[in-house]
Amino acid sequence: MRVWDIVVVGGGPAGLCAAIEAAKNGARVLLIDENSRPGGQLFKQIHKFFGSAEHKAGVRGLEIGLQLLKETKELGMDVWLNSKVCGIYDDNVLWVVKDERKSFQVKGAAVILCTGAVENSISFEGWTLPGVMGAGAAQTMINVNRVLPGRKVLMVGSGNVGVIVSYQLLQAGAEVAAIVEAAPRLGAYGVHTAKVRRAGVPFYVSHTIVRAEGDGKVERAIIARVDERFKPVDGSEIAINVDTICLATGLTPLAELAWIAGCKFVFNRVLGGHVPWHDRYMATSKKGIYIAGDITGIEEASTAMEEGRLAGVSAAAAIGLIDTERLEKIAGEIWERLDALRCGPFGENRKIAKQQVMAGGDEQ
Amino acid sequence: MNMRITKHPILGDIEYDRKVKIYVDGQELEAIEGEMIASALLAAGIKTFRYTKKHHAPRGIFCGIGRCTDCVMTVNGMPNVRTCVTPVEEGMRVETQHGCGKWKEGAGDE
Repeated sequence: MRVWDIVVVGGGPAGLCAAIEAAKNGARVLLIDENSRPGGQLFKQIHKFFGSAEHKAGVRGLEIGLQLLKETKELGMDVWLNSKVCGIYDDNVLWVVKDERKSFQVKGAAVILCTGAVENSISFEGWTLPGVMGAGAAQTMINVNRVLPGRKVLMVGSGNVGVIVSYQLLQAGAEVAAIVEAAPRLGAYGVHTAKVRRAGVPFYVSHTIVRAEGDGKVERAIIARVDERFKPVDGSEIAINVDTICLATGLTPLAELAWIAGCKFVFNRVLGGHVPWHDRYMATSKKGIYIAGDITGIEEASTAMEEGRLAGVSAAAAIGLIDTERLEKIAGEIWERLDALRCGPFGENRKIAKQQVMAGGDEQ
Repeated sequence: MNMRITKHPILGDIEYDRKVKIYVDGQELEAIEGEMIASALLAAGIKTFRYTKKHHAPRGIFCGIGRCTDCVMTVNGMPNVRTCVTPVEEGMRVETQHGCGKWKEGAGDE
């Protein structure tokens, strides 16, 4: 069994920042990712980020990804790609399967879990037909693989993912036939929604998809108006000819490893469900296990990066590489930036939700 | 059918010079070196990757990040390979999978 100071699981925005921060402070770091290239979902985010200059606002996600990979390389940490962490045992021992054929045990004096999230789906008649997919899947196809999953798309969900992916589908040359939103109002930042609206995409609020139709693949979508209890209203169906239906219906934290490790969990609706409890240093209830990014609750890449830095610094402090005074100073600065990101009508809810998680949870 | 995005306002234009040949259900298909199998298939307009065991219902790509396993196919004789996270290789044999697929003798050995 090989031993590192800090083992980071997941090489997305949170994991890369955690690994970089830990390595900068002198830790010997192993970064593990199941994909053939690190970066998580950063490389499909070709839009500019929000926030202030120190949050890299105005910089596109993929450029941030490249910058982080460069830093990772310069710091000379160990990076294991095509490697899945399948188990976690006492004393921060991880079971890793590399290249689908080699099995290893590795240990970190501290472990930082940055495992991200998975898209939610909704089920309806015909939802398993080829052509129905997560909005994130379509985004991966167009922005990373540069392949259109279809020519004419219905987007289900008007949150940030729904409208950003819709706009990127337009940029990629697809037609977006409509965006449906079950709630009576649109869910995304105005600037993103407005761009899609200006491009002529119709929005249907208080509407949902009831059926996907087609012979062996999606050929049309049937949408319908919903009542105040979100039940489709008879006779309100509209048929829209599309070959692709994208589901942008939220995300759920991927927290299995924290669960296996025996971390305390809390439930929080705003943050996407069951999340590991953590303190203001991103430490879980299990000694030596830290978390950052979407595993702690669904937010954005910008907050994930800050949480990653915080977890990296905290883990480095826990193994004696940073003294308490310096940790407090850095943690204070990061929290200022996190608070600045968690403001406005969307951010404020997340800020409250985060406080509830740290306090022990909002619902039992 | 070519679904590749060769011109893009943000990502710029692209020309591919490194190509590989794969075989999909015996048919030769040109793919881009390093791309995922699912990407090569969608680029050619192929949307059905497998049929389910019980109802023989068609399935294609769903999550695109290796989580849902809806896009699995038989690759070089090995069934249940997640095509959205498996890169193409020269001469790779990709087959539409029926049910749980069949393991070809010797497949997956080093």
